[in-house]
Amino acid sequence: MTGSLLKIEGLTKAYPGVVANDGVGFEVAPGEVHALLGENGAGKSTLVKMIYGLVKPDAGRMTFQGRPYTPAEPRAARAAGVAMVFQHFSLFEALNVAENVALGMENPPPMGDLAERIRAISTAYGLPLDPARTVGDLSAGERQRVEIIRCLLQDPKLLIMDEPTSVLTPQEVEILFHTLRKLAAEGTAILYISHKLEEIRSLCDGATILRGGKVVASCIPREKSARELAELMVGGEFAATDRAGRVSGATILEVDHLNLPPMTQFGPALKNVSFSLAAGEVLGIGGVAGNGQEELLATLSGERPSGAGTVSLHGQDISDLGPNDRRRLGLLAAPEERLGHAAVPNLSLTENAILTGTVRRPLTRNGFLNMGAARRFAEEIIKGFDVRTPGPHVAARALSGGNLQKFVIGREVLQSPEVLVVNQPTWGVDAAAAAAIRQSLLDLAAKGAAVIVISQDLDELMEIADRFCALNEGRLSEPRPTEGLTMEEIGLMLGGAHGMQEAAL
Amino acid sequence: MIGGIDIVTLIAALMAASTPVLLAATGELVAEKAGVLNLGVEGMMIVGAVAGFATAVTTGSPVLGFAGGALAAALMASLFALLTQVFLSNQTATGLALTLFGLGLSALAGKGFEGVRPPPTGKVPFGPLADLPVVGPIVFGHDWMVYVSLALVAAVWAFLKYARLGLILRAVGENHDAAHALGYRVIAVRFAALAFGGALAGLGGAYLSLVRVPQWTEGMTAGAGWIALAIVVFASWRAERVLIGAYLFGGITALQLQLQAAGYAIPVHFLSMAPYVITVLVLVVLSATHRYGAPAAPAALGRTFHASN
Amino acid sequence: MITLIKRPTPSRFWSFTTPVLAVIATMIAGGVLFSILGKDPVQAIKVIFWDPLLGPNAAYFRGQLLVKAGPLILIAAGLAVGFRAGIWNIGAEGQYIMGALAGASVALAAYPAESHWLFPAMVVAGALGGWIWGMIPAVLKVLFGTSEILVSLMLVYVAQNFLAWAAFGPLKNPEGYGFPGSRNLQQYPSAHNPELFAGTGMHWGVVAALIAVIATYVLMQRHIAGFRIRVAGEAPRAARFAGVLPANLVMFCLGLSGALAGLAGMFEVSGPSGQITDSFNAGYGFTAIIVAFLGRLNAIGILLAGLLMALTYIGGDMAQLMLGLPTAAIQVFQGMLLFFLLGFDLLTHYRLRLGKGSK
Repeated sequence: MTGSLLKIEGLTKAYPGVVANDGVGFEVAPGEVHALLGENGAGKSTLVKMIYGLVKPDAGRMTFQGRPYTPAEPRAARAAGVAMVFQHFSLFEALNVAENVALGMENPPPMGDLAERIRAISTAYGLPLDPARTVGDLSAGERQRVEIIRCLLQDPKLLIMDEPTSVLTPQEVEILFHTLRKLAAEGTAILYISHKLEEIRSLCDGATILRGGKVVASCIPREKSARELAELMVGGEFAATDRAGRVSGATILEVDHLNLPPMTQFGPALKNVSFSLAAGEVLGIGGVAGNGQEELLATLSGERPSGAGTVSLHGQDISDLGPNDRRRLGLLAAPEERLGHAAVPNLSLTENAILTGTVRRPLTRNGFLNMGAARRFAEEIIKGFDVRTPGPHVAARALSGGNLQKFVIGREVLQSPEVLVVNQPTWGVDAAAAAAIRQSLLDLAAKGAAVIVISQDLDELMEIADRFCALNEGRLSEPRPTEGLTMEEIGLMLGGAHGMQEAAL
Repeated sequence: MIGGIDIVTLIAALMAASTPVLLAATGELVAEKAGVLNLGVEGMMIVGAVAGFATAVTTGSPVLGFAGGALAAALMASLFALLTQVFLSNQTATGLALTLFGLGLSALAGKGFEGVRPPPTGKVPFGPLADLPVVGPIVFGHDWMVYVSLALVAAVWAFLKYARLGLILRAVGENHDAAHALGYRVIAVRFAALAFGGALAGLGGAYLSLVRVPQWTEGMTAGAGWIALAIVVFASWRAERVLIGAYLFGGITALQLQLQAAGYAIPVHFLSMAPYVITVLVLVVLSATHRYGAPAAPAALGRTFHASN
Repeated sequence: MITLIKRPTPSRFWSFTTPVLAVIATMIAGGVLFSILGKDPVQAIKVIFWDPLLGPNAAYFRGQLLVKAGPLILIAAGLAVGFRAGIWNIGAEGQYIMGALAGASVALAAYPAESHWLFPAMVVAGALGGWIWGMIPAVLKVLFGTSEILVSLMLVYVAQNFLAWAAFGPLKNPEGYGFPGSRNLQQYPSAHNPELFAGTGMHWGVVAALIAVIATYVLMQRHIAGFRIRVAGEAPRAARFAGVLPANLVMFCLGLSGALAGLAGMFEVSGPSGQITDSFNAGYGFTAIIVAFLGRLNAIGILLAGLLMALTYIGGDMAQLMLGLPTAAIQVFQGMLLFFLLGFDLLTHYRLRLGKGSK
């Protein structure tokens, strides 16, 4: 061990109204896998953006390989030997793999040579990839491989990975860890950002825990239990959800051989999706985003009409009904994308309450808006779901992710749905808000509503769902009771590792 | 000769008739590939037309005229770039503003140049080659700007396909956030692409006033800039198809002019409508066939880029 | 260095202030332009903005104000509804022409019969003419996904040629000694759209413009349909989620703005202009785009912006008479106004911060 590769001292970055990082300091040694652990909003992303030269710190010092390190831009960071795999991939869908890789390099070789090197390095690290394929056609796991290979081609000393497993199946996670361990053994340091505790315990040598922009602890994760890590991360205990008191009733919703062509150029098609849903039941639909989740929500909410007889509610065929007709019958939905789909960023919360609330709530009179009633409805949501905001006049985009999500879920729940479909209800939401949202879904089911939760978060689904099924490349697996399901089985339902059937671990 | 129309003359004429929209469409292609929709092509063209005309008449040099037209239109494009990239204004509205402003500005600047004849733009002396039957007038019978326009299309095609900068430009147009995350200067790339697009629109405008007509009249672009925008859509954002689209359009224009000259019993005004009606029809056919195929529009086209933290 | 910080909520203060700032900046830049043209800038600004309202011959010009503002406001009110929804009808000029042709055709077909029903029939025909011309891009967009921007604009040129053909052909005045242009409707009592109160410039088109302002205001601010139109412009996916069918929205917006532009054309040809000629259209359809933006796509704002823009037209005419300022200078002036407005709009959505910024 030859001291530290990257040393950070007193790093501070403030944005108007919030100090994202406050005097952060830690060290990473060569060949070390170092975890940066924290909740959403703890300041992890800002911190790594400063290390990668995307954001300039207000104060503090960084030392890399014993020299002062002040990257003015990502180019400089890359030149120094720092590479980064982004959470939301920095990829170009319409370009092919080789072009995408070339864009991440300072002096890429000619395209032919580059394709050769991509093939060579991708097989060496067990991440097979065809350089000529268009990125838009790749699965999420394969896209991540493009990012990783782009980094590896530059022989980085330090590889930053921002929430890399959120888009992977359990089998793909194993492959990734295998690759990362191999890299670390070769001397590459890895800065691994995550809020998934078990992963960190199995992979990382050291961990720095951030809360509210400050370092609250450093530890060796193997020596701590997941519960201890969670308490360090959240700063206290939080209530476990209560799923008692639910009885499944009669079948409410039935989806029968549903097919849907892709909605976008690189989107998936829905293929022969069938399931039924009973009153009082929570059905969990797992799977990596981009495998038909948005499409399924759109056909259930009524945004996309489907073939006759494919969707029925209480035995009535509703396949050709639009969103408002379905709301009238009690089928409500909350899409994944909060800004721009579930809510309109520039409109106030009152106006966003009108967005879906006019059918089941008396917010209009002869088509004319009753702003008073709408404001009262918005206030009811804010109060009932603990939405932190100065008031209902505030624009939706001014709210944090967690608060807006509580508003969106609350808006639908307070309309007393018979069936509620939610997509990624706790994505990008802090732990406390996530727990509140899960509890409200369980409470809704306890009152006799049927709930569909589409989520990438398998732990979440295991926690609240009665039955589980997986959506993979537009196909839905047979729902199975969650009780007694193993991670291995779930992984196989999710399609195992995409395109890796022949690659041995 | 078919029905009083000489095919060789028609082809030779369509090449000249196409050149203004070919230049403008090639320029707009580059801007749109970088992810910016500049609806101000018409305005940039007409400013190019008047600036080119004024420069050529004042200096007596058509070469300087073309340079002046390109420069003036590039300045207009820079104004658009400033507003949309720095002041983050809506691209559609700003493009319309550019066109309305350009039409007014050109009318104002062109006041003293009405009825003046510009210095002639020379044909390239191919010698005896120009006298060859069929090939002569079609391949060797043009002024130098026609060849320059073809060279520019080829250069843009090669740039987008093979050059590193071309790859960066396409990347910016596909996903500006990702390009920014990789450290590319989105705004600088777009500024350059817009200025280049403006310069080409200016050349196209100058070709109208210096060669096609050749004189200055108010509003003389008569929608050519808008047709250039349509051609970019028609071409599915590919340089080689811009050439086809522009020549197709030029063919229709040349044909309707020849039909007018040949004295067919179709009212003149209906013939003059033809290029616009056909542009609409082509857009319809194209959109209909593309609906479920690959829409090749750059993914970030028309979206505002603001690098937040 | 200056950094931009996106405001959590668009600033109400700046959304009212920026149009005023834009007008002031345009006056300054316009003054510079006029002095380049060799005119006294202060004098020119006074002639354009002051004299038509309060100068010695203001009585005559004040009437002209409504004559010019009427069509601008009527067209802009319709365009703004579409712009709010992100549907860009920029072919109002063509719809204006077709409305005028349709209205005039009805009148000329009935000539010389007198009837109380003639003028209402012309109104319907005018609206219908513009509506059909607006529905072409709408239907093509719905069926094939064709850009409404390009199609509506192409149709302007088609309409212009159609107008010229009509003026030289079927609508030509048989007693016009061979001059192109139709009979003058001002001399055909049943078809004439007269000045309602002498000296005010008020005619039925101005009344229609006022009704359009009130109706679109109520629609956009108070009705669920207007709410959904606004949502569609802000976030198309959210609109779909709220139950908006994009096809209906496109047809409603283009149909409405087409019909209003057609009405404007019809009122113009039966009133102030009087006859169909090949140069009947005066660019109102394009200037209305500026009016719509200057009025912040808001009905009341459009009313004010329309009056201001009408003032620049009249002031421009005066400046031409008195100072020899070319009419094109006013066009430049109007274009600059839109530029400044778009630039200043930054202040509504972003806060400027001086000092070191983050990259």
